[in-house]
Amino acid sequence: MKRSKLGPWLAIVIGAIYFLVPLIGTFEFSLRMRRGEYSFDAYRIVLGDPQFQATFAYSTCLALATILVGALLVVPTAYWIRLRLPGLRPVVEFITLLPLVIPAIVLVFGYLRIYNSSSWLPLTASDRATDLLLTFSYVTLALPYMYRAVDTGLRAIDVRTLTEAAESLGAGWPTILFRVIFPNVRVAVLSGAFLTFAIVIGEFTMASLLDRPAFGPYLQLIGANRAYEPSALAIIAFIVTWACMGLIQVFGRGARMAAETR
Amino acid sequence: MTALSIARSRLGQVSWSWLGVAPFFVFALMFLILPTGFLMVGAFQDAGGNFTLANIAHLFQPSILSAYWISIEVSAVSAIAGAVIGFFLAYAGVLGGLPRWIRPTLMTFSGVASNFAGVPLAFAFLATLGRVGLVTALLVKYFDFNLYSTGFNLLSFSGLALTYLYFQIPLMVLIMTPALDGLKRDWREAASILGASSWQYWRHVALPVLWPSLLGTTLLLFANAFGAVATAYALTGSSLNIVTILLYAQIRGDVLHDENLGYALALGMILITGLSNLAYIWLRTRSEKWLR
Repeated sequence: MKRSKLGPWLAIVIGAIYFLVPLIGTFEFSLRMRRGEYSFDAYRIVLGDPQFQATFAYSTCLALATILVGALLVVPTAYWIRLRLPGLRPVVEFITLLPLVIPAIVLVFGYLRIYNSSSWLPLTASDRATDLLLTFSYVTLALPYMYRAVDTGLRAIDVRTLTEAAESLGAGWPTILFRVIFPNVRVAVLSGAFLTFAIVIGEFTMASLLDRPAFGPYLQLIGANRAYEPSALAIIAFIVTWACMGLIQVFGRGARMAAETR
Repeated sequence: MTALSIARSRLGQVSWSWLGVAPFFVFALMFLILPTGFLMVGAFQDAGGNFTLANIAHLFQPSILSAYWISIEVSAVSAIAGAVIGFFLAYAGVLGGLPRWIRPTLMTFSGVASNFAGVPLAFAFLATLGRVGLVTALLVKYFDFNLYSTGFNLLSFSGLALTYLYFQIPLMVLIMTPALDGLKRDWREAASILGASSWQYWRHVALPVLWPSLLGTTLLLFANAFGAVATAYALTGSSLNIVTILLYAQIRGDVLHDENLGYALALGMILITGLSNLAYIWLRTRSEKWLR
């Protein structure tokens, strides 16, 4: 059956225009800072801004903490569900979907009410405690993605045989988890990690309402007060997102190739 | 190992095995169930903690109703437009017969664009379609056409919906591509042997199989836009009265002057996103029957 390719081409071209024009527009705008000529002044100013460096570093640390806590929470749980408690699987899957159902702003509203400084667990009483609460909030946001990634990774390996082999060689639970299971789902954890990083790095709502000096609120502040810097920041944010997605693909491909040559 | 000790260790494993998932459930309780439950209960209480339906009734005042309504409209428009455009893009990528490099490029780009949301997305659209944006300026320069004279304003309903499409369309592409892959070639061949036209094939075979995932994904896109805060806040400040921005202002400074009404506002949001997500999950299980 010979079909016309005009329609598909048209769809792709219109799609490409819609998605590329804002990027081109933003890039062009970010170069306009110096009157009459293009320059990278906006980038120089942004990258040299101590506020930028501080907030970006803060959000990076938070993203790394989120990835660490998220992996330590999700990998053992997903492993254990596969190995011992398959009956609980629908319950756990449902819970991991909840962060997609309950908007982030509602979750953080709840945190502010039950963990305020006069509550039984005053997580907003000091800056360090609030950092902890923000990390846990981000773990919650990343939960659907992290769980899905790790669970897909576990599906590809024979959890039961690996566990029994390790047990018969005398390995204890910590050894099985950290030296057998974790290395085997490394790629899955990494792809969950980069996705988490992309979500956390520019997150605005939770950081702003918990009043922490993260990159998202900084972006908003610059957007409200400056003309050209926001465009430069948007391009930087786009590159960071692109890098995260690209790294997921690179690691995923590496794993596939290793599996094929095995 | 004696039989007894094996039996004992088995027994031990049964009772201990719950401990393996305990951290997860404690986490879910502390950071998902309890915070949401607190708001839900608070929505039915007055300031003194007594049961009341007054907060729910107060949601029906014009300013709050209009906030919900604008949110629902923006989310619905961006979800439906995103679903239609995203479907055609996914179709072009999977079944369009285009060069091979199109599909991986489309998928990679969709992965990036669906995650490029929040504040930077607002900046990108301001730089493009804002009053001094590139496209606005080029239209004036080459076509002598002032976009803003048509009543278009990026900082308004249509502008927000147009901006949301930037993450809605790619999300649709990412979810629909596997579904389109699930359409078996045999079906198409069988239909064409039986003399069906391309239109008849789509009308009687492909669309009936695809509609649960089409509709379901549209609902997912709806919930996705409904809960969004950052893009709208960075784009319009507080000039556009949508429910997430109202809730944001309420959390910051109790603009409703009623704590419990704030909880009811949150409850309404959970109900709307919850219902559309439940419908999505239900439709998805239906669509998985065929698309395996």
